[in-house]
Amino acid sequence: MKVTKEDIANVAVLSRLSVSEAEADKYMGQMDKILTYMDNLSQLDTESVKPTTYALPMQNVFREDVVRESLDREAALANAPLREDGYFKVPKVLEG
Amino acid sequence: MKYETVIGLEIHCELKTKTKIFCGCETGFGAEHNTHVCPVCLGLPGVLPTVNKRVVEFAIKAGLATNCEINQYCKFDRKNYYYPDLPKNWQTSQYDLPIAEHGWVDIDVEGEKKRIRLTRIHMEEDAGKLVHSGTNIKDSASSNVDYNRTGVPLLEIVSEPDMSSALEARTYMEKIKAIMEYIDVSNCRMEEGNLRADVNVSLRPAGSTELGTRTEMKNINSFKSLEDAINYEIERQTEVLEDGGEIIQETRTWDPERGITLSMRSKENAHDYRYMPEPDLPPIVTSPETIEKFRSELPELPDARRARLEKDFGLSDYDAGIITSSRAMAEYYDAVVATGADAKLAANWMMGDLLKNLNAEAIDISKSPVEAERLGEMIRLIEKGTISSKIGKKVFAEMWTCPDAPAKIVEDKGLVQITDTGAIEAIVDQVIADNPKPVEQYKAGKKKAIGALVGQVMKQSKGKANPQMVNELLAKKLDS
Repeated sequence: MKVTKEDIANVAVLSRLSVSEAEADKYMGQMDKILTYMDNLSQLDTESVKPTTYALPMQNVFREDVVRESLDREAALANAPLREDGYFKVPKVLEG
Repeated sequence: MKYETVIGLEIHCELKTKTKIFCGCETGFGAEHNTHVCPVCLGLPGVLPTVNKRVVEFAIKAGLATNCEINQYCKFDRKNYYYPDLPKNWQTSQYDLPIAEHGWVDIDVEGEKKRIRLTRIHMEEDAGKLVHSGTNIKDSASSNVDYNRTGVPLLEIVSEPDMSSALEARTYMEKIKAIMEYIDVSNCRMEEGNLRADVNVSLRPAGSTELGTRTEMKNINSFKSLEDAINYEIERQTEVLEDGGEIIQETRTWDPERGITLSMRSKENAHDYRYMPEPDLPPIVTSPETIEKFRSELPELPDARRARLEKDFGLSDYDAGIITSSRAMAEYYDAVVATGADAKLAANWMMGDLLKNLNAEAIDISKSPVEAERLGEMIRLIEKGTISSKIGKKVFAEMWTCPDAPAKIVEDKGLVQITDTGAIEAIVDQVIADNPKPVEQYKAGKKKAIGALVGQVMKQSKGKANPQMVNELLAKKLDS
């Protein structure tokens, strides 16, 4: 196995997901398969191939520095689960 | 054991574009909260960001002005972390292909020139602002978020760990600020958070080439805090090491009120950012011609301007360094000289009375009560002999509190220098008659005694007699 239970736990924390014991076993197997497939790909000789950083044949898509109308504050807050005095209200977040 | 300090800075500099980096929302400071937001900067699903062309231009100019190589191919990446000031849950930044790399700037610290290398400059978006409700942070059960600042373009300017004291770090940051102001890509208002630094500090045994374990202090937004935080951290780390302890690699927060740094005790794996190429933004490819065009548009930079002031006007290296240390100062100087005032006198007055008064009252030169034009006019009055330098100081003090033109002040206060020989002669005769003792001493060969007599004449004339004429007249009468 390339993936350990600790890896699953760590990825879950980073992704803010709660993963049950049974799910962890299932994902471990799935991720292991993905990584094994990656290993297969690694066997290809890519010495002369430039790394791909973008999949489409596009570059330099810009906009001019011109102001466009912003959302009305009511509209901006419309989907907020909680709000207060025109702010998005969130649970207290304090490190440390 | 003796330790040496190693310091590196990551400076965040907000660019002065009209709109955000990936959407058309305004960037202005101080707007009503959550009014400069749109689906793109709020990170709503299904939106497509588009790069603001000016941001790329400003970033390339910043790179060129700091002697960087510009990467002709660069791209954006997603830096993943969860914090409510970041609605997308990732910050769009640049990882392995930033816009500029391998630069340097020179700084002067106590007369020594030192080169500080830049690792890289990259473009990214700023985050929103958390506003804590309740009487203080600890009491409140929730935070409020204002997303106006989310998506405001930032440059992150990363230095190599080339600084070895708080003063060097400050001087380096002042230099970066000056350059960004000169090339006009940022307002650099530190009190508005336009310019802030994350500072890394570590110690190592003197002479060692290996780096010690570092700590990082984030979002330092004044030069004073930068110096204080570094000096505190040097002291703290020295104590830990001398007690046989180990430095823990961590983020610490600077508390300016208590003057100490505190551990944030954040979980280390929280800093696994899992960068990935940003699939919504095509790469940016810049031709050598475009880079050269931007280079040709750069104004004269601080170092070049300093050299020019020394060469053209004969200013001292020190004076030229101070005058060119900020764009506002350099422009003030130019405006004084533009009135026709002597360039060297202009420098002397700026370095003297002007800076002394500005510093004493903590006023920025751009808000100086004595404007460049009036200082220039006053210097011209001295050059013309209308007033002496000594009276100039009085006129300057007067101008500091009143908006009148210097010529008017001189006239109203009756400060015009007496150059009328008859008038001065009368005072000289009186002083000779009233002061037999120095007169005798002078005649007996003690030439220095003339000083006391000159002083008396100046006093009687209330400082208005032309000192040179007083000297000449006195000598003539005493020697005859």
